[in-house]
Amino acid sequence: MQGGSERATGEKMVLSFGPQHPATHGTLRIVLELDGESILKATPHAGYLHTGFEKLGEHLDYNQYIVVTDRMNYLSPLSNNFGYVLAVEQLLDIEVPKRCQYIRILMAELSRLADHLLWLGTAALDLGAFSVFLYSFREREKLYSIFEKTTGARLTTSYTRVGGVLRDLYQGYEEDVRQFITNFPKALKETHTLLTRNRIWMDRTKDVGPISGDDAINYGLTGPCLRATGVAHDLRKAEPYSSYEEMTFDVPVGTNGDAYDRYLVRMEEMIQSCGIVTQVLDNMPDGPVNTENNKITLPNKPDAYGHIEGLIHHFKVIMDGHGVEVPKGDHYCATESPNGELGFYIVSDGTGTGYRIRIRPPSFLNFQALPHMLEGGMVSDTVAVLGSLNVIAGELDR
Amino acid sequence: MNEEKEVEEHSKPLVLEKLEAAHADALLAQDESRGTVVVVVRKERVYAVLEYLKTDSELAYNYLVDVTAVDNSRMESELMRFDYARFMVVYQLYSYQGQCRVRVKVPVHENDLSIPSATGLWRGANWLERETYDMFGIHFEGHPDLRRILMPDDFEGHPLRKDYPLQGRGERERFNFDKQNA
Repeated sequence: MQGGSERATGEKMVLSFGPQHPATHGTLRIVLELDGESILKATPHAGYLHTGFEKLGEHLDYNQYIVVTDRMNYLSPLSNNFGYVLAVEQLLDIEVPKRCQYIRILMAELSRLADHLLWLGTAALDLGAFSVFLYSFREREKLYSIFEKTTGARLTTSYTRVGGVLRDLYQGYEEDVRQFITNFPKALKETHTLLTRNRIWMDRTKDVGPISGDDAINYGLTGPCLRATGVAHDLRKAEPYSSYEEMTFDVPVGTNGDAYDRYLVRMEEMIQSCGIVTQVLDNMPDGPVNTENNKITLPNKPDAYGHIEGLIHHFKVIMDGHGVEVPKGDHYCATESPNGELGFYIVSDGTGTGYRIRIRPPSFLNFQALPHMLEGGMVSDTVAVLGSLNVIAGELDR
Repeated sequence: MNEEKEVEEHSKPLVLEKLEAAHADALLAQDESRGTVVVVVRKERVYAVLEYLKTDSELAYNYLVDVTAVDNSRMESELMRFDYARFMVVYQLYSYQGQCRVRVKVPVHENDLSIPSATGLWRGANWLERETYDMFGIHFEGHPDLRRILMPDDFEGHPLRKDYPLQGRGERERFNFDKQNA
């Protein structure tokens, strides 16, 4: 896209994009300084959805806080649940049973699919491709019914617990997931035929909002936005956690770091996630889903009602002022969420409530690089670039 | 591949060794916690240390993961460790080359809340430092645009300080309902 700065000689115009704009998917705002239709300067504003999640972390106990993590990236709450409890468990120096690790991978990969699907649908919708939205929501709906059966909720899943998960998978989950995984690549192929070689889609996304690999690292970009620039970095490979080292998958990368590459990377990531899900289903181990340590996980109900030790353990885990006691210290733990590196830096003072919980959200740093991608482009690219970054306001502002 | 990684992990204090050789006077404490090297650095030298960690060809911590702070005023043991410095500014760095992390901590006293900005090294530091300023009131010297980012511009106080109450301070009382209705 050539900038129109030579043609337009009039005054600068300031356009406020958002906070209420259909393409922002949440409340965020960009102030665009325009010369004709070309963008001279873009200033993103964050904070419209600030909810004080980090402050809440200093007042809720470690298990209560899981509920808050649902609301960060609300497109993939299971990934947030996962990342958070992993940080607490590493601080506790415990490892959950193999079955639990596999269940968590299964859920994290399914929610990666759900997240990318929603991104795909809305990003295409913003650029006028309405059918893609219907196609991707049809698939996403199937995933959400699996989540609903597993966790009891569609959006606010709160599925993980420190030292385990809420409950084991439901009877017949394997059939449901396998059916989805078998049909999904076909459905994705339909989307490919709609978009990948589509003239309009390519014109709107190719060479739009590019960023180089070095700049991306300098800005702290992570996830698909980083990989689209050609940097093959995935925390599931670089620092495998929760048995990811047993999974075989590829890390797709792009070359130009533009909106089109981000689209292709996400499309391929979905196929890779399907592969991981199949491996998890094939090798799902038997056994308990919670750690045996009753100072961390709740005892089973007959134990809690029938034995004094069980009752005490139940009381200690649940009651205010007791909770799961985490040894003093601090720890930073990062996981590969659908949007990139989701990190939790937890400082514990040895009690059942965190002393400080810092969330390192991928969207915050991805959104920061927006002016770099926009400036010099055309005003209509704003929607395409913003869509390709998949900034989630709940995670951005916390 | 695995072996290489293990060797790397054993020689991890290499980061510390190199830092000790180049910036011995800047280090206040060092530690290794769960595979991550943690160094506590004197405030005046933090920019030099970060620059060294980023640009040294063997270390190459070229990715600034996070900047945040911790208010230690309710944790006596931490306060005592570093001469009653109330805040601890925490940098998380990652090296794409070595695939390892390092955590740099800087004690900051309440009577002098300024600390050199890392925006000259990483453009990504801009918003992270703005957030730390917004939430804790840490003043990053040399930051090009040190404004609040999450809280409104006219907000008073710094909400993540330990003396700031959970339910806010005065927002509801100040809100003029009569005026709204009129």
